[in-house]
Amino acid sequence: MNQALQTIAALVPQGSRVLDLGCGNGELLAHLQRERGCTGYGVELDDANVLACEQRGVSVLQLNLEDGLALFADRSFDVVLQLDTLQHLRNTERMLLETARVGRLGVVSFPNFAHWPNRLAVASGRMPVTKVLPYQWYDTPNIRVGTFADFEVLARRHGLHILEGFGLHAGRPVRTLPNLLASVAVFKFERS
Amino acid sequence: MHFAEPLRLKSGAVLHDYTLMYETYGTLNAQRSNAVLVCHALNASHHVAGTYAGQERSEGWWDNLIGPAKPLDTNRFFVIGINNPGSCFGSTGPTSPNPATGQPYGADFPVVTVEDWVAAQERLITALGIQTLAAVLGGSLGGMQALAWAMLHPQRLRHCVAVATAPNLSAQNLAFNEVARRAIVTDPEFHEGHYSAHGTVPRRGLRVARMIGHITYLSDDSMEAKFGRELRAAELNYSTQEVDFQIESYLRHQGDKFSEYFDANTYLLITRALDYFDPALAHGGNLAAAFAPAKALQFLVVSFTTDWRFAPSRSREIVKALVDNRIAVSYAEIDAPHGHDAFLLEDPRYHGVLRARFERIAQELQETTPGAGNGPSAAPLAGGAA
Repeated sequence: MNQALQTIAALVPQGSRVLDLGCGNGELLAHLQRERGCTGYGVELDDANVLACEQRGVSVLQLNLEDGLALFADRSFDVVLQLDTLQHLRNTERMLLETARVGRLGVVSFPNFAHWPNRLAVASGRMPVTKVLPYQWYDTPNIRVGTFADFEVLARRHGLHILEGFGLHAGRPVRTLPNLLASVAVFKFERS
Repeated sequence: MHFAEPLRLKSGAVLHDYTLMYETYGTLNAQRSNAVLVCHALNASHHVAGTYAGQERSEGWWDNLIGPAKPLDTNRFFVIGINNPGSCFGSTGPTSPNPATGQPYGADFPVVTVEDWVAAQERLITALGIQTLAAVLGGSLGGMQALAWAMLHPQRLRHCVAVATAPNLSAQNLAFNEVARRAIVTDPEFHEGHYSAHGTVPRRGLRVARMIGHITYLSDDSMEAKFGRELRAAELNYSTQEVDFQIESYLRHQGDKFSEYFDANTYLLITRALDYFDPALAHGGNLAAAFAPAKALQFLVVSFTTDWRFAPSRSREIVKALVDNRIAVSYAEIDAPHGHDAFLLEDPRYHGVLRARFERIAQELQETTPGAGNGPSAAPLAGGAA
């Protein structure tokens, strides 16, 4: 498991009941089950990822996050993870609120559009194409581009209390000027 | 296998003694821990896999899934297929003699429910010396039985695999079943269910029932792709009675075939068992409460996007009830074009997920009981048609 996922896994308390939205191949959940005594489910849309989760022994639910989280009761999880997923969803704001409804703690990560190489690209008149944002403007699945600072504003507006916020770059945590120096934003929050 | 002990049914009626047909495949291990029960749906039987020697086209109804090296691998698992009471493939049913009269039961065969079937299956599993099933697997009505196993005998199984099923029938589903039953009951040859005493068979009713059923098992798209408006002949017949379109010919053929081998009273009974299945009813409509006893089990729920008879939304109700109980469940929603029939077809995504689950179960058996899956059974139960 890469360093970025290790760092995020460390945000999940031991023995938590976890819902991982957009869980991919189930690597993180498998790790949390094995190393931190967690239980829970992954949610994933892609057939190949659903199969990979099942092969790993991770409970996976094939659902479309755009349809919301009606399947999950209020506060039914200790932690809801939404890693590298939020930026693909049309209704980002509702999804964030749903995350806060279903879990006591939320952990999100997404590409930080204000990372300095992105700022440079835009300043020079072009949309950025980087390791974290590898797509061209016309084919990107990242339909919601936001920044580290933007998220803080949105969280505040919805009464979400940010417990931890830091950046990641090349898998390493960035705690100084994350809005400028980190390619990925990470937040751990709760409903205040 | 014959059972002399009476079986009290949900309706209050009693089956005084009865026989269950079953088949097994593979070998029961020494720990008797690798058994998988496969429950059948409306028109199927205990013959789930393999072929009968010297009999052409005798493949079991789930042969693409079950067998050596198949997703449910009979090299590792001891697979059991049981024909349910009330059916017409050898287990006690409407065509069997009623001990009270010596004549076939006919319409006097008591109404059986999914729960009654599970009770009968449970006795057979016990008689085979199996305490805990590695899994119970079923599709459609068979899926309902798998769910009922999990609710009624949670200590007797570890995994429940429920494919293309529902927690109860919708009004539309009830309606289709009622039309099918009326087709049979209003056939002049039906004689209130005692057609065998009259030496008749209500074939017309059975044909129409099957035709209706068949339409609901296919998707609009798959029917369009397979038949479209294709004609049987070059020209229209300009007749209201002749077959013009291929789809008409296909449905008539299916109806004819079915009416040759299926018993009309069984059709009535099995559609009724479908109608009555509603485990949430005893809990004021709360399905999660019905699953509360199954907390220690692991589930796999599978649905197919184009299945409008047992739609994915119905499977999601099951998943929600399980999630509400914090029960381990995986749910695969397979984007297949074939409608309800998809559960009987070979789709690599569908079979891939089932294969992964059964590999996991086999692995768990290895971990909990060293040597499981290798040692042959001590009892002479294994192999072939029983």
